[in-house]
Amino acid sequence: MNTDRITEKLSILADAAKYDVSCSSSGSKRKNVNKGLGTTGNGICHAYTEDGRCVSLLKILLTNVCIFDCAYCVSRKSNDIKRAAFTVQEVVDLTINFYRRNYIEGLFISSGIFTNADYTMERLVLIAKKLRIEHKFNGYIHIKTIPGASEEIIKEAGLYADRLSINVEMPTEKSLALLAPDKKRIDMIEPMKIVKQAIIENQEAKKLFKNAPLFAPAGQSTQMVIGATPETDLEILYLANGFYKKMNMRRVYYSGYVPVSNDNRLPAIGTPVPMVRENRLYQADWLLRFYGFEVHEIVDKSNPHLDMDIDPKLGWALKNLHVFPIDVNIADYKLILRVPGIGVQNAKKIVAARKYTAVGFSHLKKMGISINRARYFIKAGNEYETKDWQPSEIKHSILSEGASKYKPNFSSQIPLF
Amino acid sequence: MQLVLYDGSWLGFFSAIFEIYEYKIADPLISGREAEIGSIFSSSHKVHTDETKSNRVINKLRQKLSPVGFSLLYKTFLSEEKEIENVMFRFIRYALSSKNSIENNYADPDVLILQQVSRKVHREKHRMEAFVRFQLTKDQLYYAVIQPDYNVLPLIMKHFKDRYADQRWLIYDVVRKYGFYYDLHKVSEVSIDFNFDSNDESSLAGIYNEEENLYQVLWKQYFKSVNIAARKNTRLHIQHMPKRYWKYLIEKK
Repeated sequence: MNTDRITEKLSILADAAKYDVSCSSSGSKRKNVNKGLGTTGNGICHAYTEDGRCVSLLKILLTNVCIFDCAYCVSRKSNDIKRAAFTVQEVVDLTINFYRRNYIEGLFISSGIFTNADYTMERLVLIAKKLRIEHKFNGYIHIKTIPGASEEIIKEAGLYADRLSINVEMPTEKSLALLAPDKKRIDMIEPMKIVKQAIIENQEAKKLFKNAPLFAPAGQSTQMVIGATPETDLEILYLANGFYKKMNMRRVYYSGYVPVSNDNRLPAIGTPVPMVRENRLYQADWLLRFYGFEVHEIVDKSNPHLDMDIDPKLGWALKNLHVFPIDVNIADYKLILRVPGIGVQNAKKIVAARKYTAVGFSHLKKMGISINRARYFIKAGNEYETKDWQPSEIKHSILSEGASKYKPNFSSQIPLF
Repeated sequence: MQLVLYDGSWLGFFSAIFEIYEYKIADPLISGREAEIGSIFSSSHKVHTDETKSNRVINKLRQKLSPVGFSLLYKTFLSEEKEIENVMFRFIRYALSSKNSIENNYADPDVLILQQVSRKVHREKHRMEAFVRFQLTKDQLYYAVIQPDYNVLPLIMKHFKDRYADQRWLIYDVVRKYGFYYDLHKVSEVSIDFNFDSNDESSLAGIYNEEENLYQVLWKQYFKSVNIAARKNTRLHIQHMPKRYWKYLIEKK
């Protein structure tokens, strides 16, 4: 292998792939059978880049040559950049050699679209097939589904991949039409439906035959770019909620737009990445998936945007003070989960500990619960806030405690209120 | 207060527990490291590790604790924190005296300490599963050197054995001066005085496989290329990859 050439290719094709934010390597339980290579478990982040993001997978494009011209994408046809392509064998060798050195959990392979969707997708599937069959590889494989790929090839991909994903890209069809004229939403929704159906069928088959082959055991995910177009958080979260409920998506990723173009349809180069907004969307996403919140409790028509200065859970609590204070010694687990400052782990600890003894503030503090945040919303025995706090006072008091590293950014977000 | 000295081993610790009950030592102070305590105690009780005694305690505890609850003890033990044995003793005494399971009583200070310390050890285990970087030698051995805060090597062995079933590997803890070697069939403990410093290029140049350098270069390049400069967040980066681990991370050294 020519060191300089392969290093250059890797730099181009990793650079182009990095805007896909998914780096999950969990959700699949692939065992190492017959002394092959690799296992898949709860996911391990082997490194963290200087932007603080986890590196779990070798995330690369097969090629950044693309026949599409999506304005937000660095690999768009009209962009004057260096193009490169790996061979199938090069991707296989890189994956195996990185994996054997414990650098990665597996491969996330995507590609620019060359010739046509099926031709591109076939190459991706070939890589996965070689890894699984020739190298007895049981590490994690995430294959990006190419929009418009046929049902047949998508179904083959699911036999080798742990996860399949297809990016919806934009929160609305209108924005997609504006920025990605070559892509149609139907070309993304159809593959999602195919994968969803195949996963359901596979689960049924598994019940009948223990040896039924796996099909995308880590499910499917999608991603949308936020902050490039004027959608509200309401539109974004309702779409995400629909994916969770109707498509059985494992994850929806929100990717704050990183300006890569001087196109006047988009925020100019140098516009800050909307990181606070992205963070708030993820917090809202967690409320949907782990905290039992319904999407309409987080955003509604009169409040279509999430607060930038406080997290959505605190936002909900301040709007619903009549629910509080709740008694941590008797309240239902689901209600404890709704207390700002108490997360899933701590809610479980409280429910476990109160079986033994009446839980007081000092216990909560030792368990690691943020009392300064939670105290307005709970009582424990005869310990509780006696003052009748107003929502604005609580907000002010909580905000004055910690200096958010994002504070300077609060005013420079793209759509603020 | 009576000093109870044992040999510092996991089994030895349980022999110590057995003897505390056997000799009805009312107020024991357990230590596996004689030198650290000094001679402020006029009398000390020396424990001889006796597997039968240890297993009696272990078996009793297995009835009182779930597998997860029992692993709290093991992980806490591997923390090697000073005087942690005394917290473990109080936890065991509480478990043995209680009719119901006590391992999730987060309101009890000793249970809470075990939960917290074992959590720290567990996190270190997870970090080592992440931060081991194998280097391939000429004779097809993947070796890695680690320097963990806690003695987590026994906890990570199974993960590596399952994952790298078709390659010979060696992971060596430079602090505790022992390692585990997998020969394609079984894992065994090795305690050779492994005196090479992975940062000393000259001592290593001769033992690398010819492709090793290529993949290290590629990995460094990859690490650089996936970073998004517009999102730079050094605080988060260091929080996830504390500097004390950089010495052995190809991409950071």
